[in-house]
Amino acid sequence: MSAIKHFIKSFSFWELLQGLAVTGKYLFAPKITVQYPEERTPMSPRFRGLHAQRRYANGEERCIACKMCEAVCPALAITIDSEEREDGTRRTTRYDIDLFKCIYCGFCEEACPVDAIVETHIFEYHFEEHGTQIMTKEKLLEIGDKYEAEIAANKQADAAYR
Amino acid sequence: MNEMIDNLLTTGLEIWNWFPADWQTLLLILGKIILILVPLMICVAYITYAERKIIGYMQIRIGPNRVGPRGWLQPIADAMKLLFKEVIIPTKSDKYLFLIAPVLAIMPALAAWAVIPFDRGVVLTDVNAGLLYVLALTSIGVYGVIIAGWASNSKYAILSSLRVGAQIVAYEIAMGFALVGVVMASGSLNMSDIVEGQAGGMSSWYIWPLLPLFFVYFISGVAETNRAPFDVAEGESEIVAGFHVEYSGMAFAVFFLAEYANIILISSLTALLFLGGWLSPFEGLVEAGHWLGASSFFWFFAKACFFAFCFLWFRATFPRYRYDQIMRLGWKVFIPVTIVWLFVEGLMIVAEVGPWAASTGAV
Amino acid sequence: MTITDFLFFAFAGATIMAALGVVTSRNPVHSALFLVLTFFSCSAIWLMLEAEFLAITLVLVYVGAVMVLFLFVVMMLDINVAKMREGFVSYLPIGGLFAFLMLAVMVYVVGPVGPDVMGAAALDNAVQHGPEYSNTEELGKILYTDYVLAFEIAAIILLVAIIAAIALTLRRRPTTKYQTPSKQIKVKSADRLKVIKSDAEVLK
Repeated sequence: MSAIKHFIKSFSFWELLQGLAVTGKYLFAPKITVQYPEERTPMSPRFRGLHAQRRYANGEERCIACKMCEAVCPALAITIDSEEREDGTRRTTRYDIDLFKCIYCGFCEEACPVDAIVETHIFEYHFEEHGTQIMTKEKLLEIGDKYEAEIAANKQADAAYR
Repeated sequence: MNEMIDNLLTTGLEIWNWFPADWQTLLLILGKIILILVPLMICVAYITYAERKIIGYMQIRIGPNRVGPRGWLQPIADAMKLLFKEVIIPTKSDKYLFLIAPVLAIMPALAAWAVIPFDRGVVLTDVNAGLLYVLALTSIGVYGVIIAGWASNSKYAILSSLRVGAQIVAYEIAMGFALVGVVMASGSLNMSDIVEGQAGGMSSWYIWPLLPLFFVYFISGVAETNRAPFDVAEGESEIVAGFHVEYSGMAFAVFFLAEYANIILISSLTALLFLGGWLSPFEGLVEAGHWLGASSFFWFFAKACFFAFCFLWFRATFPRYRYDQIMRLGWKVFIPVTIVWLFVEGLMIVAEVGPWAASTGAV
Repeated sequence: MTITDFLFFAFAGATIMAALGVVTSRNPVHSALFLVLTFFSCSAIWLMLEAEFLAITLVLVYVGAVMVLFLFVVMMLDINVAKMREGFVSYLPIGGLFAFLMLAVMVYVVGPVGPDVMGAAALDNAVQHGPEYSNTEELGKILYTDYVLAFEIAAIILLVAIIAAIALTLRRRPTTKYQTPSKQIKVKSADRLKVIKSDAEVLK
């Protein structure tokens, strides 16, 4: 009996028609494509994009060269050299992030005791020459200065859950 | 102004008359060929666009929409890109065969259009053995693929060409048997006669008495063109891209042109042989003289488009067949089905049941 | 020269060149492909002789099926070309003898050689038929009336050959594992997976 049923089922293309019906139905379904440059999806405050270094409100850089981020970085993308500044504080003389090595895990941000290194919302960037993928301290601070308001707002939004 | 046009016409006529009679026929035929091939090539270009759009829509995407309004210029952009790319010839490959393989692939796909009637009397050559001619030409399309695979000097390519060879030979038999059914029903090998034999509304199309053969023919057609779900020749997950893995630029594009030209060819043939080609489905249902009932190129085009759409629909729906199952389907399912149905059809003809009883009586 | 003449000479020339290519090319795959070209241009000449059924069948059967399988085998073979070409000269006399014999047989069948029977002029001597003439129909009528017995016997011989070939090559090795797709698709989850209800136990 089941053999007959199977025979009829296979020769009437029943299962194939079922499959065709599914794709045929989706042909008319509303499309979910986001037209990227014109449309954008909402972003979480926790989004991990390009890095930045922040400053305090008085203009002093936050980073104290504790090298926690360098130690925690799983991709060994961060290189830090430090020195004593004239006022006796420890500061970095070199803070490089190799973006080709970076995996954007956000561990540096987590490890930082002073919220100096952060990952911003910026994800549209490119490099045109060799070497420009190294984010130096100057570049990081520049980004931080430019987007400080946004970074602070994101930190604020996420603070309640930490 | 009128004078100028007259002058132009007379000069044109003079130039025309200057050719010997033989050349005139040759030029006329060439003109007709161009008249068929140029729209065909445009169709081929736009079926690639249709494929990306339709499959996109079935996957809830919207497909290409950036080049030109709604992406309409996408196929042109693709063609331009491929045109300007280098054709790389692999070392230790058989250079001449490597370059001739795409030509061998596209030649039969285009040559078969010589006997396809688009409307009553609108056909390049109305040969008596038209159906056989089409069958013969679709069978030599496999050379392009086999030679491409062998000449590439690549493991993937040769595996693919072996697969294609076995697959096409297997499905050609089923396809041929299905066509025998059509020939038995119409009593003719001439394409126009086959279509005219189906006159008299939707109920007298050959699809109804030959339903199993119709399915066998169309599915074998999908297998012959190496389309999903029978696209083991390309088998991206197993053998990279199969026979055209070493091809680039225009040589690669020609393989694709051939594939899509074959899709359109198989769709048109199915429409002609089983769905009455240019005959209107509403013949006899609406009053005489109404445009719905009149047979025209439009109906042929609509039917062919439906089958071409089915090709894309299948690709969006079905997963790839396993190779041993392809072989099983061809040899152990399709061939017995066609043979049984040919026998049934023979009995029907002898017993004079079915729509062809009147027409075959004379033959 | 009319276009028909031109076409005849083009196809005849192609046939001869391709036939020469079959015996002279070093690569067996090239030889097989030259043979395909020979068949193809032959069929074109047949087409000009209004034998369209035979011409198309030649393409369909020999080019479309037989030569594909042939090419298949040749492609898979690892032939030592240098070894194959050894003794070309020593085999030449016997090869030439057979070629001559075949030519003699053909001449005997066709009749006296001359411009009336061979060449482009023979095309004009052939019986011309109107557009209503169907070579396929004529062949069918002859095959199924006068030669029906021979035709059926030929069919049976071919069938026997097919069955014999399959029987000879079919070897079921006991060690090879086969899959049966029809069984595979009938499988239900209940056939393979059994859910057993059991009470929770505490081990002491």
